[in-house]
Amino acid sequence: MSGILVYALHYEGAINKNSLGAVSEGARLASELGTECHAIVVGETAGLTDELCSSLGAYGATKVFRAEGPEGLAQPVVDAMAKVITDNDLGYALFGGGLLGFEIGAGLTARLDAGVCMEVVSVRVEDGKLVSERPILGDSQISDVHYDAGVGVIIGRLNAFEASENGSGAATVEDVVVDYAPHSLKATMVQRGEQRGADVNIEDAQFLVAGGRGLGKAEGFEALEQLAGALGGAVAATRAVVDAGWYSYSAQIGQTGKTVAPKLYLAAGISGAIQHKVGMQSSENIVAINKDANAPIFEFSDLGIVGDLNKIVPKLTEAVKAKKGS
Amino acid sequence: MKICVLVKEVPDAAVEKRINPSTGRLDRSGEKNLNPFDTHAIEAAMQLKEGGAVEVDEVVAVTMGPESAVRALHKAVSLGADRSAHLTDEGLAGSDVNGTGYALAKLLESESPDLVLLGQQSDDGECYTIGAVVADHLQMPSLTQVIKIDVDDGKLRCERQAEYGYDTVLVELPAVISVGDAINEPRYPSLKAIMGAKKKPLETKAAGDVGIEADRVGYDNARARCADFKAPPDKAAGEIIEDEDTNETVEKIVAWLDERKLLA
Repeated sequence: MSGILVYALHYEGAINKNSLGAVSEGARLASELGTECHAIVVGETAGLTDELCSSLGAYGATKVFRAEGPEGLAQPVVDAMAKVITDNDLGYALFGGGLLGFEIGAGLTARLDAGVCMEVVSVRVEDGKLVSERPILGDSQISDVHYDAGVGVIIGRLNAFEASENGSGAATVEDVVVDYAPHSLKATMVQRGEQRGADVNIEDAQFLVAGGRGLGKAEGFEALEQLAGALGGAVAATRAVVDAGWYSYSAQIGQTGKTVAPKLYLAAGISGAIQHKVGMQSSENIVAINKDANAPIFEFSDLGIVGDLNKIVPKLTEAVKAKKGS
Repeated sequence: MKICVLVKEVPDAAVEKRINPSTGRLDRSGEKNLNPFDTHAIEAAMQLKEGGAVEVDEVVAVTMGPESAVRALHKAVSLGADRSAHLTDEGLAGSDVNGTGYALAKLLESESPDLVLLGQQSDDGECYTIGAVVADHLQMPSLTQVIKIDVDDGKLRCERQAEYGYDTVLVELPAVISVGDAINEPRYPSLKAIMGAKKKPLETKAAGDVGIEADRVGYDNARARCADFKAPPDKAAGEIIEDEDTNETVEKIVAWLDERKLLA
């Protein structure tokens, strides 16, 4: 009745980290509700081995539904989840942070006439029901969201749910045959997971200098590379500048990029949108340079400099070099 | 081909947004504007129309909202839409994502578009999801956060960034596509277009006109309900330096970093 179904995204033989977090969170909530947490995977059968599916048991799923279908697209998963939720009379659908979870959760909301809450940072049990908490108005407030529907859809914020191997072992695997809706097959993947730009490693760097649209042009990254070099770190970028082709995708922080927590995160020309914040807010020290005094990044930086980064960054590079050399 | 662009009126970025404590709903009073993310969707429609790869007969701006939302439609028309449709009804006020998506789908059904475009998010609600809700109701293929659209043999070849890199997806029409802000640089409306916007056809529709069932929309029928607003955990406010003398600013930054042993 109140059972929970978690969508587990997979790619090239591995389950997504945010999905694993969602399974752990689902298992925790299910045990409080006195019910079970199930997971569902959708994809090509060859990639969905019994071993991969049952491994979700370690994170607390008791059963894993496996459906053969197209990968990397939301609508087929909506069909599969709607079927499993309806056939098994489940009460909640839960997603870890990420793009597909938003799309699937939204489609499911329409299909099942469900209640939905997105950007969820925490979930609790109250009177035998789940209550979601989500930040609103640029994270200036947090709102409780109560579900008043047969099915509640919970779409997590990136990194909101931590994966923990608290399960009791392997999950049982049940194959489901899904009759896909015609519209779900009208979008087809031509190429998935294309990497654009050079492969750079930012996850191991203790010092990151990140650039955003405020750099003004692709060449603005040259100054950041020099500063990063002086600090002994690497350069990262926001989604906006990666999409604009100014910097490598592999250096991108945030929602559809990497999550980092270096000793120092220096943000240059980054306004601090939530999609970026979720990928770097755990950094030990956050320094921001931005010419707009009202930029949201100043609300969560430890040191904020209101000024022109083109003037400040080159001088800072020289000063850091001088200090380190002394 | 007929393109409908979903637009929304949102509080102006300069207005501090707040929750009305007596209703638990966003206080949408004060200066309003067209949702900035929607201007990218209108621009995408205009580029398809002007691109010539497909014949676009009409671009229609569509919105749901109170009377004042007409201004968002005027703005959309000044940016190039040929006409607009406004769904407005007391019974729709306070609808949640589920109800709003359903109502917009009913309005769109009455227009029978070949393509529905919208922005990736609204500046106020930050939900990112309305396109996928609408698409499921309309039973159309859908993709969000698209940053490139090419017409390819009557289909749309779309690119977007997803969890593992860039995906290229071929989408059959009719479809619902939400565009990311990297897709284009929206044009500025000409003075002539601004002046002429109010003269373009604008149709106003009530919920009943497009077959919306009253018990599926509005505050009382919300499937998800916000309550109990609280402040997030306090984070100590950071130090702020206004850069007046850059040499001095840099000295302060270096001292700050050094204090935290980051320059060792």
